[in-house]
Amino acid sequence: MTWNLLVTQALNGLQYGVVLFLLAAGLTLVLGVMNFVNLAHGSFYMLGAYIAAAVFARTNSFLAAGAAAVLGTLVIGALVERTALRTFYARGHLDQVLATFGLILFFNELVRILWGASPVYMRPPDAFSGIVELLGFAYPSYRGLVIAVGLLVGAGLYLLIHHTRIGMLIRAGASNAQMVSVLGVNIRFVNTLLFGLGAAMAGLAGLMAGPIFSVQPGMGDNVLIAVIVVIVIGGIGSVRGAFYGALIVGVVDTVGRIYLPFVLRQVAERTVADAAGPALASMLIYLFMAVVLALRPQGLFPARR
Amino acid sequence: MPIFPETVSPRSPRVVAAAAFMLLLAAVPLVSNTIGESYHVTLVTRILVFGLAAVSLNLVLGYGGLVSFGHALYLGIGAYSVGILSFHGVTNGWIHLGVAVGLSALVSFLTGLVCMRTSGVAFIMITLAFAQMFYFLGVSLKQYGGDDGLSIPRRSDFSPLFSIQDNTGLYYFAFAVVAVTLYLSWRFVHARFGRLLLGTKSNLRRMRALGFPVLRYQVAAYVISGCICGVAGVLLANFTNFASPAYMYWTVSGDLIVMVILGGIATILGPLVGAAVYVILETVLSAYTQHWMVILGPVIVLIALISNRGLYGLLLARDAQGSESDAP
Repeated sequence: MTWNLLVTQALNGLQYGVVLFLLAAGLTLVLGVMNFVNLAHGSFYMLGAYIAAAVFARTNSFLAAGAAAVLGTLVIGALVERTALRTFYARGHLDQVLATFGLILFFNELVRILWGASPVYMRPPDAFSGIVELLGFAYPSYRGLVIAVGLLVGAGLYLLIHHTRIGMLIRAGASNAQMVSVLGVNIRFVNTLLFGLGAAMAGLAGLMAGPIFSVQPGMGDNVLIAVIVVIVIGGIGSVRGAFYGALIVGVVDTVGRIYLPFVLRQVAERTVADAAGPALASMLIYLFMAVVLALRPQGLFPARR
Repeated sequence: MPIFPETVSPRSPRVVAAAAFMLLLAAVPLVSNTIGESYHVTLVTRILVFGLAAVSLNLVLGYGGLVSFGHALYLGIGAYSVGILSFHGVTNGWIHLGVAVGLSALVSFLTGLVCMRTSGVAFIMITLAFAQMFYFLGVSLKQYGGDDGLSIPRRSDFSPLFSIQDNTGLYYFAFAVVAVTLYLSWRFVHARFGRLLLGTKSNLRRMRALGFPVLRYQVAAYVISGCICGVAGVLLANFTNFASPAYMYWTVSGDLIVMVILGGIATILGPLVGAAVYVILETVLSAYTQHWMVILGPVIVLIALISNRGLYGLLLARDAQGSESDAP
């Protein structure tokens, strides 16, 4: 257990947290503005990863793969919103959950038909396949790239929401959609745009995660559950909460998986620790969520209305 | 709206349909053993097991308005109670049931207390997250098979009273449990408790203002529902001779919700009807193509879009005395 390992794991946690943030931001915006529960958000992540892997394998250009993943998921997201999901805005959450559950099954199987059930391999771009030295610590440069892109997108999203006209409309829509519509704004268009934007960020997350995790059917499902934990911890509808929540969950999960078994060995017998360690580590973020809820049901950083 | 069950005429269409449906279920093993198609017995056992889980979910989802997206958790608790006890040589069925119900009650009480601190979307997400937490717990239990699950060499032992070692025995055991549960949930819904629960569904704030300890009733309903679902898990493990983390996977919770909506939310018999239609639909589609989920997915979207009363609910709507919550 060296100092070096701790820093590396903390950076890995940060990198996982950044991927979670890209997903959580879109989900929480759609939830906060349209009051719509989109469980199929993980499917856009999966589609982004698959599109990126396919384009990267053909063109050998990571930029082209990135553009295809982001634009592709943007278009798919907007199409799904227009054709299937828009009708559900006025419905209860139960119907929304049901409809998006159906969409998940559809997309998972569609991917299985198009690309097969076995994982698709995607390598990092050549320029970022090495190791970067940073203040004496060695770290894979691709993971560093993921952190940088994620933080940049986060900053861009902050500027978009707080310092542009469209961001103002989004915020206005969140507080009173009907009033915004009466004032002559095409709120339906804003909704589609926002939904597409969320899908595109999920697609970007899929692209960035592709070379790190395996690209396979259903890859969006497990990450979606982690994203849900992020949103609940951060506070529903709050982008700021999604950001801090994602970083907390990313670091707690990653560092906990490495260190918890070691810590348990100090206090319990080896056989018990070896059995309970991994089990407890995988439950850690959920237990953390339960504690947060018990103390602050509205989340750590609730949306300011 | 008739509040008391006595006001339902025994000749009303819903009573006739419900009685016919239950009689049909009771006759399945007789018919299928006579014509030598034992496959039907396993198919309908599956329907009964998932129907029982759907009925339990409906108690909180339909009558309490609490959208639990994590009921597969209790299926898993029930299944692992049988699996782990059998693994250590305890085969007595009553002990299996007792442990399953006890553990389900404990887990549903603790998670229920946390979940009830929120409502709406957050409730959906938290129940989902808790179920997934136990899924990962099951995966990490390496000594009990981990990811691969745990096979159960012999079904639960209920001797000398009865035996579920053969498929017909298991079928009638499941049928009896479902029938008793349906009767009890009918009584439950018409009791003061059930009326209170319906009240919290339609106006939580008013119920609170009237001075009812709302949280207590909601948690109690959640615990009852979890215990029944735990029993369904015991049946599931005996049916498949297997306990697997896959039983707790979140898609199973989704399937249960689809069954409830498809059959008719907040009706007694609806979830069972929904389970029957859903399981048969799955079986037919998967026989037709390997990629049946690509058809099932859009079908579920359509179900969400058009069926707000469900199949059995439609029958109730046609009923002259029609009211959605007083079905037998």
